[in-house]
Amino acid sequence: MARALTTADLAALRRGIRRRRAGDRLFALLGWACLTAALLVLAALLVDLAADALPHLRWDFLTSFPSRRPERAGILSAWVGSLAVMGVTAAAAIPLGVAAAVYLEEYAPRSWITDAIEISVANLAGVPSIVFGLLALGVLVYGLGLGRSVLTGGLTLAMLVLPIVIVATREAVRAVPFGIREAAFALGATRWQTIRHHVLPYSLGGITTGVIIALARAIGETAPLVTIGALTYVAFLPASPVQAGWPFLSFQWLADPFTVLPIQTFNWISRPGAAFQGNAAAAGLVLMGMTLLMNGAAIWLRHRLRRRVRW
Amino acid sequence: MRGLGERAIEAGLGLAALTSIAITLAILYVLASESVGFFLVVPVGDFLTDTMWTPLFADAHFGILPLLCGTLVSSGVGLAVAVPLGLTSALYLSEFARPRTRELVKPFLELLAGVPTVVYGYFALLFVTPLLQRWLFPDMPGFNLLAPGLVIGVMIIPYVSSLSEDALRAVPMELREAAFAMGATRLEVAARVVLPAAFSGVAAAFALGLSRAVGETMVVAIAAGQQPNLTLDPREPAATITAYIVQVALGDLPHGSIGYRSIFAAGLTLMVFTLAFNVAAWGLRRRFREAY
Repeated sequence: MARALTTADLAALRRGIRRRRAGDRLFALLGWACLTAALLVLAALLVDLAADALPHLRWDFLTSFPSRRPERAGILSAWVGSLAVMGVTAAAAIPLGVAAAVYLEEYAPRSWITDAIEISVANLAGVPSIVFGLLALGVLVYGLGLGRSVLTGGLTLAMLVLPIVIVATREAVRAVPFGIREAAFALGATRWQTIRHHVLPYSLGGITTGVIIALARAIGETAPLVTIGALTYVAFLPASPVQAGWPFLSFQWLADPFTVLPIQTFNWISRPGAAFQGNAAAAGLVLMGMTLLMNGAAIWLRHRLRRRVRW
Repeated sequence: MRGLGERAIEAGLGLAALTSIAITLAILYVLASESVGFFLVVPVGDFLTDTMWTPLFADAHFGILPLLCGTLVSSGVGLAVAVPLGLTSALYLSEFARPRTRELVKPFLELLAGVPTVVYGYFALLFVTPLLQRWLFPDMPGFNLLAPGLVIGVMIIPYVSSLSEDALRAVPMELREAAFAMGATRLEVAARVVLPAAFSGVAAAFALGLSRAVGETMVVAIAAGQQPNLTLDPREPAATITAYIVQVALGDLPHGSIGYRSIFAAGLTLMVFTLAFNVAAWGLRRRFREAY
């Protein structure tokens, strides 16, 4: 039989509990400090960049070509190049990625080929981006002879973001309840009709989120494009996709050399002199604005979907 | 007819899925074939043991060690930032924070991973390095491994924290309830029950973070100095494997030259390391999934 607790024992117990509770509060504080520190760094980065950038961010900056004289230099060829490259990336990565994801979720039999596809998608997601640059240099630039063109740049980034599109699409497709497919099948719809009219429309939100995140990633990528030898000084625009005479559409721009915002930024950072670094900050701020806007849109979309969809 | 169209569509979708295998094989082929050309000229022994990396000089040396050192030092600094900050954030968000706080903070944390790396490079070179020079190391050169390492650490916090949090949250509630029933406090539950139970998942998050840090390119290419330097001191300038590839790609090397091939040999080395970390992460995560 244990002896009864004395007041002294109780006091000791309470002290112990208080001490351990204090540990709780201390860790909570530490957790807050860590989160705040990380977010403060983000804030410091934004403020520092904006402070360096604002004096240089005039309208001319968006409508001028790069120049040897920093005060006249602009990012016209860079943001047009970024748009052109993004167009190719989107045109290649979205259909391929969505198709691959639909195949894996809706069709794929259990076989070693399916396993190999699964493993390769997971593996590609972990490959450093610069290795995609080496791949593009070896295969697209020299192997297929596509040169250092908009097409090469776009395809390089498409390969890089393909796993992101595939993974996001698979999750979105998987979230569509099985009952909906069964209902469509029961009415005599074929597999593709079911996917085309039901599964894809319902998962469109999730797919869009993934696509935006993928393109935000692609637009900020520098290393793979530097590796394929994208030019760092481009004082011209790619050929216009619209032309006066028949057939009115031109694909000449796909074969044109290009630069993009991250490369232009990198080029200016590596030059000595505060003036060019101000330009780098301004270009970086424009770039960051674009990626943060896209990431923000994706986060908002995801949040909205989670709240709205009730199966 | 309908069956035929269906089968055509299935075949088309299947072909799209096969492109991921094609890309993987193409990576292996390109790295291997160009590296073979490299290793026919440079003995593997020299590559692994020579202490100088000067492929473009008249007196060419091809020792990967200086690049490897630079890579490991910058990644090590990065991990030293990302592991404590990421793990503490994950523990806090999964075991302490209210759901509302978590919903609010996580998207902002994710934005850290969305910042373009070239902007991080700018930040490392023109903000972090001057700050370190003023307050901590007045003699540190303008190019160094410390500043890019720290910035890479901040960059990979979201990768580490969100994967760790997934692992922590996957620990069954019964384990926590049992510990609480024994009178454990939140911190005791988190540190002695949840964390050990999720250990392999958390370790997987570290391995993936390390893989990101090793493969990170622009931050080190901008802020570390691009000079191969056999050192373990993060305050010195040095080049990493990735920074070397960028440096060479910026010049105009003739296709097929030994310098051109050297970037593929460097890329192969990089691939071997990141692949090892990724496989480790995959294995660890599988183990932690099987635990319950």
